[in-house]
Amino acid sequence: MTASAPGTRTLNPARLTRIGAVLAIGVVTPLLFPAYQSQATELLLFIVFALAWDLVGGQMGYTSFGNVLFVGVGMYVAAIVQVGLYYDVGLYNEAKGGGTQFVFDTSQFLIGLGLGLIAAAVAAGLTAFLLGPLVLGIRGHYFAICTLGLGIAAGQLAAGIPWIGGGSGMLTPNPPASLGDVGLLLYYLALSLALACTATFAWLLSTRFGLVLNAIRDDEDKAEAMGLPTRRAKIAAWVIAAAFLGVAGALYGNQVRFIDPTETAFAGATIGVWMILMALLGGKGTLLGPIVGAILFQITKELFWTYLLGWQRVALGVLIIVVAVFFPEGIVGYARARSRRSEETP
Amino acid sequence: MIGNLLILYQAPALGVQLLIDGILIGAVFALAAYGMALVWGVTNIINVAQGEFVMLGGFVAVFCAEHGLPLLLAVPIAAAVLYALGWALFRLVIVHLIGRDMFISVLATFGIAIVLQQVMARLFGAGDRIVDSGLASWFLFDGLVGIAQVKVLVFACCLVLGAGLTVFLQRSRAGQAIRAVAQEPRAAAVLGIETDKVYGLTFALNAAICGAAGALAAMAYPIHPYGGLSYTIRSFMIVVVAGLGNLAGVVWAAAGLGVAESFAGFVLGPQYQIAFVFGLLVVVLVLRNRMLRRQRQYLR
Amino acid sequence: MSALLELTHVTKRFGGVVANDAISLSVPEGAIVGLIGPNGSGKTTLFNAITGAFPIDHGSVRFRRREISKLLTKHIAREGLIRTYQQPRIYGRMTVQANMLASPSLREASFISVFGRDTPAQRAQAVELLDFVGLADKRGEDAGDLSFGQQKLLELAMALMNEPKMLLLDEPTAGINPVLIESLLDRLRAANKERGLTLLIIEHNMPVIMGLAEHIYCLAHGRLLAGGSPEAVRADPKVVDAYLGAA
Repeated sequence: MTASAPGTRTLNPARLTRIGAVLAIGVVTPLLFPAYQSQATELLLFIVFALAWDLVGGQMGYTSFGNVLFVGVGMYVAAIVQVGLYYDVGLYNEAKGGGTQFVFDTSQFLIGLGLGLIAAAVAAGLTAFLLGPLVLGIRGHYFAICTLGLGIAAGQLAAGIPWIGGGSGMLTPNPPASLGDVGLLLYYLALSLALACTATFAWLLSTRFGLVLNAIRDDEDKAEAMGLPTRRAKIAAWVIAAAFLGVAGALYGNQVRFIDPTETAFAGATIGVWMILMALLGGKGTLLGPIVGAILFQITKELFWTYLLGWQRVALGVLIIVVAVFFPEGIVGYARARSRRSEETP
Repeated sequence: MIGNLLILYQAPALGVQLLIDGILIGAVFALAAYGMALVWGVTNIINVAQGEFVMLGGFVAVFCAEHGLPLLLAVPIAAAVLYALGWALFRLVIVHLIGRDMFISVLATFGIAIVLQQVMARLFGAGDRIVDSGLASWFLFDGLVGIAQVKVLVFACCLVLGAGLTVFLQRSRAGQAIRAVAQEPRAAAVLGIETDKVYGLTFALNAAICGAAGALAAMAYPIHPYGGLSYTIRSFMIVVVAGLGNLAGVVWAAAGLGVAESFAGFVLGPQYQIAFVFGLLVVVLVLRNRMLRRQRQYLR
Repeated sequence: MSALLELTHVTKRFGGVVANDAISLSVPEGAIVGLIGPNGSGKTTLFNAITGAFPIDHGSVRFRRREISKLLTKHIAREGLIRTYQQPRIYGRMTVQANMLASPSLREASFISVFGRDTPAQRAQAVELLDFVGLADKRGEDAGDLSFGQQKLLELAMALMNEPKMLLLDEPTAGINPVLIESLLDRLRAANKERGLTLLIIEHNMPVIMGLAEHIYCLAHGRLLAGGSPEAVRADPKVVDAYLGAA
């Protein structure tokens, strides 16, 4: 669905009930299913990845293969802030974040995390703001490959900087035992992020901004010829998506604890392409699509990892091919087409 | 980095070494780029798995060497294996991408690349491999500059293959059919050329070229399962700089890229060489697009 | 009356072909001017040149007394110069209604205003314009699913929604149901009289353009062949030759 028709954005009782139900499920899940907590956290972060990709790729038509750039920037900047507030980052990485030397108490950990998340958003957004004018003038598949290059180059560059751990990567701070279940904290942070992301994008797409993005996607030259502020809209969309990707990356880094420059932070061939797959699977260019796609993807990924161990990456590669070739409209797109066909039959 | 630049300034022989090494590997890049341009020009598909085809060719050579086969035999074997793979991939996947959105073909071929990477990693392990050719080196300037004979052999073979491909496209009936479809697919179809077969032939031919290039490359340079993407990016860069259909441009651009990489690898350090390649891609695209924007156009 | 649009020796070459050869014409403010000529005479190229689709090789284009030949299309559009295309260009995957709501200009407003919603006045205007072109019941459909004629009408409605100072129309009646053409022309005349909308119209339909325009220019082989009142141009032997000779 493209920008929703104005006037349908009221909070009627049905809508409120739906939102309430989602909230309730979200809040209660880790308490009911503690064994799946980390997968659920990962799912929430994937939802943010997919939504953020879709804002620029699905709604605006600029299909980026290098959004991992912002994920990685957020991940590293947050870790640097979390560590750097209390210790020398270089020394920390030389010692591979040794547990006994570099201890973080509860307040240090929490303050570090909080400031780290903010720094992640700012750093990622700033990166997008600086690169946007250069790269958003490029269109179509050239943009796709250019961003692919950016994402991978960033990973290679990061792997060459010893200060942040170089090729051996970096550990996020050890959560103190006195904090309790850090996983639960990360879960609720991820939940808040996913909700904030969905709400923000729902709002954005209900304004004229959403119309401008769709217009750029459908015919950028026409949009320019109608006087729409395309350049600024493109940069704005990229910066907004980047900020969310950065925060999600920072949370992801704290969840997996170990940040490898090319496998975790700037993982072009995994997370980078997964977010595209998720948006496509659910239905790109819609608000619900990336969310549905992320859920489906996460389930599929868990199934592959469990039953196809050893060949799971191959299976995911095959899934990418199958979805791209046979199912590019995704579930929401397929449902729309079916409902339209049923409308046409007398 | 400054230190390395000073070394270069003080020891010009080193510069000569880097230049020669760059040109020698440039031939491999040119061959891979030629294949990518062929597929792009005929089917309008960008094959993101191009580099993986090259790597696979290299691993076929590794396999042949491990089983005692004479080295140069590995090249036609790799070409044949990759031709078959290319044909299979075309029937399964690529044929469905013809005429569709470029994003879909980039994504689908990226998927193929991922599958091939993982298969190679599982079959051959994730480390570097190289085939020992047993050839020595020539030395110039009192031993300051060493030219590995195998690299010259690879260079020469790549040139021969490239020339052979050009002759094939100009003279043979299949080659002419390919060129006809590239220029005017509808007219070609009307004249009775089965465009689907031509597309398939082109893709399989490209795979074979990459396989041969990879088999040759493996004799002189280390290959590994995840080294494909950088080859894809190199090919893409060369095609963008040279322009589709400009064979001479491909050769020049490939040589230039080889030399630039060679120097960058020394000045910036080997760990930054890949970053340089991908970073250069971004620079090339941004600059090329800028040039077009002056004419109110953009890269298509 | 001052010229709203003034072209002086506008020249554009594509390789060896001179598509526009030193064309000079002017469109007075509030006028309806026609541009005719056989196929390939350079009319659409001229529109492209005026709206900045490419840089011109020589000459000047002045709109509201400002030189616009060096400006980007986006900025020319913001100055109040909008055009439609021979093959209608609309936003295919957006609904008809969304197409309309994406069309008002943001001329005076700052970028931040893009984060606001459309006003009731704009929504009413969209409804009114869609009604007028007969697409009101297609509001919720994707614009890409409309027929050629319907898309042309949508494109015109979108252009009017933009409330430009001047509209360049490229064959606005081609593909339109003849029953609708007269009411379309009425609407254009009304917009011209009441809103002061200046029009430059490329047309092949002679009765339409002769009845609509006050002044007509004729192009042939990239050059300006004739310019004058509809009666004068129609009778000009050079114009008759150009059309008959083009066969």
